[in-house]
Amino acid sequence: MTAMDNRVMERQTTIGLGPPIVEVQCLHKTYGRTTAVDDVSFSVQPGEIFGILGPNGAGKTTTVECISGLRAADGGTIRVLGLDPQRDRAALRTWLGVQLQEGSLRSSLRVWETLDLFASFYPHPAETGELLDLLGLTPKREASYRSLSGGQKQRLSVALALVGNPRVAILDELTTGLDPQARRETWGLIENVRDRGVTVLLVTHFMDEAERLCDRVALIDRGRVIAMDTPTHLAEQEGGGHHMRFQPSGPFDDRLLTQLPIVNQVEHQGHRIVVSGTDDLLNAVTHTLARVGVEVREVQLESATLEDAFVRLTGRPSPSTDKEKR
Amino acid sequence: MSATVPAMQIRLPRKAIGKLIATELKQAWREPVALLLGVLVPVVFLVIFGLAPAFQKNVPTTSTTYMTEYTPILIGLTLVLIALISMPIPIVMQRQSAYLRRLSTTPVAPGWLLVAQVLVNVLLAVLAIVLVVVGGVLFFHAHAPADIPGFILAALLATAAIFALGLIIAAVAPDPRIAGPAGAVLLYPLMFLAGLWTPRETMSPLMHTLSDYSPLGAAVQAMLTAVHGGIPSAQSLLVMAAYAVGFGFVAVRFFRWE
Repeated sequence: MTAMDNRVMERQTTIGLGPPIVEVQCLHKTYGRTTAVDDVSFSVQPGEIFGILGPNGAGKTTTVECISGLRAADGGTIRVLGLDPQRDRAALRTWLGVQLQEGSLRSSLRVWETLDLFASFYPHPAETGELLDLLGLTPKREASYRSLSGGQKQRLSVALALVGNPRVAILDELTTGLDPQARRETWGLIENVRDRGVTVLLVTHFMDEAERLCDRVALIDRGRVIAMDTPTHLAEQEGGGHHMRFQPSGPFDDRLLTQLPIVNQVEHQGHRIVVSGTDDLLNAVTHTLARVGVEVREVQLESATLEDAFVRLTGRPSPSTDKEKR
Repeated sequence: MSATVPAMQIRLPRKAIGKLIATELKQAWREPVALLLGVLVPVVFLVIFGLAPAFQKNVPTTSTTYMTEYTPILIGLTLVLIALISMPIPIVMQRQSAYLRRLSTTPVAPGWLLVAQVLVNVLLAVLAIVLVVVGGVLFFHAHAPADIPGFILAALLATAAIFALGLIIAAVAPDPRIAGPAGAVLLYPLMFLAGLWTPRETMSPLMHTLSDYSPLGAAVQAMLTAVHGGIPSAQSLLVMAAYAVGFGFVAVRFFRWE
């Protein structure tokens, strides 16, 4: 078991095994003849950061719009905190914080005025000064919305999603358009939010973001959930496993390695050997070869990433690589 | 089930409405389109007309000054500038930038924002009307309305009719670049029929009838009757009320939230 796995396990024990806080069953939604969401089911446990991943147009945003009550589903059931987003809209809105993918706020309103206005909408709002601190917006509290940078606007948007003291926060494409520094800061922020006891539903097309933040992810493609697991398991099981590249000090029989249960494949690339497998290859390969007196040198380890899993499962390059190429 | 919401009364936080109105007042001060266009322009017209010697003379057919006859037209101008130009554009921008949608994820429905915006614009229109009427009487030889309640009723119905028309623009215009010209295009015939360029008395019979059945023609007719001491005719009041209800219905029926 890898260190990352351990971390995930630890977190999951704190998440608890109570009833799900968000439950989606057989969600179906069409726009005219276009099927946006075909059949999506998943459930989110209290305290989780749950990621919804998928290529552009996969139905991610429609799914969370149905969950937040902005759109009515054509089929299936949705329960958030036991409430139906359509029938119990009014009740749900006091408990659900939403950050929309697009849109802007009133340009001449100052940061504190916007936050103060939204705080007045909720029966039990968060302390706005504390929220500004949490989001690093205190130095900008007197600035007008139009004068904020992209990252600051995003952080204000997150602040508005949290100002009502929600139990569940839906954050849609939170870091799109941010520079790498701002993205990392926003990630830390989301972890803070989770640590305050808010369950987070995160829509993203950035694989590194999902890998870093999410306890579990659902991969949606063409309106269906095609995989759901922890990012680590998904990467391991669907991403083509781990690779160990090395130069042996002398010749050896490949079968020594292929008979190991964790090894899938052994390949020769000139003097170098590439071993592919599912788990911690380094120890197993080093020990096995040491027993026959062969040393391993110039070792390179590569683990399959969520990105690899994404590419294998959807058969498409992930949108985040797309973006980088542009 | 522990994941359900504890029983609580779901009520609209009353302070939200106060905050929304206060925010709109700040906005009206910081981006003073309504103040400059809807309040300042009619007041400048009042001063220009008021200083012209011709406007201080009496109209032969009535015993009031030309300034008196022009005051209702300036009120009409205030209403079209505020309700057709300065009010709809921000509402259209809020829809376009998904701000209305953002609000609909909160416990306060976006309709309350519109209520606050209409209220603040009506407040500015009332301010401009008071400035034009009181300023005209105090400084520029305008006669005070003889029938004040009738005058106020006529002005209120005119406000309702023109604001309802402005709300139709706000309801359906997909883009501020369409809302702006739409308001301007409506402004000209309305002001023409109100008598801004051709006084109603000099209009041809057909134009005069058209004017009687136009929102601002009816408004000018009703207000002038009140100025001269008569009770505004039921016809002119009903014409304005019908426009207010009809336009209001269309605006509410076809309002696009996203």
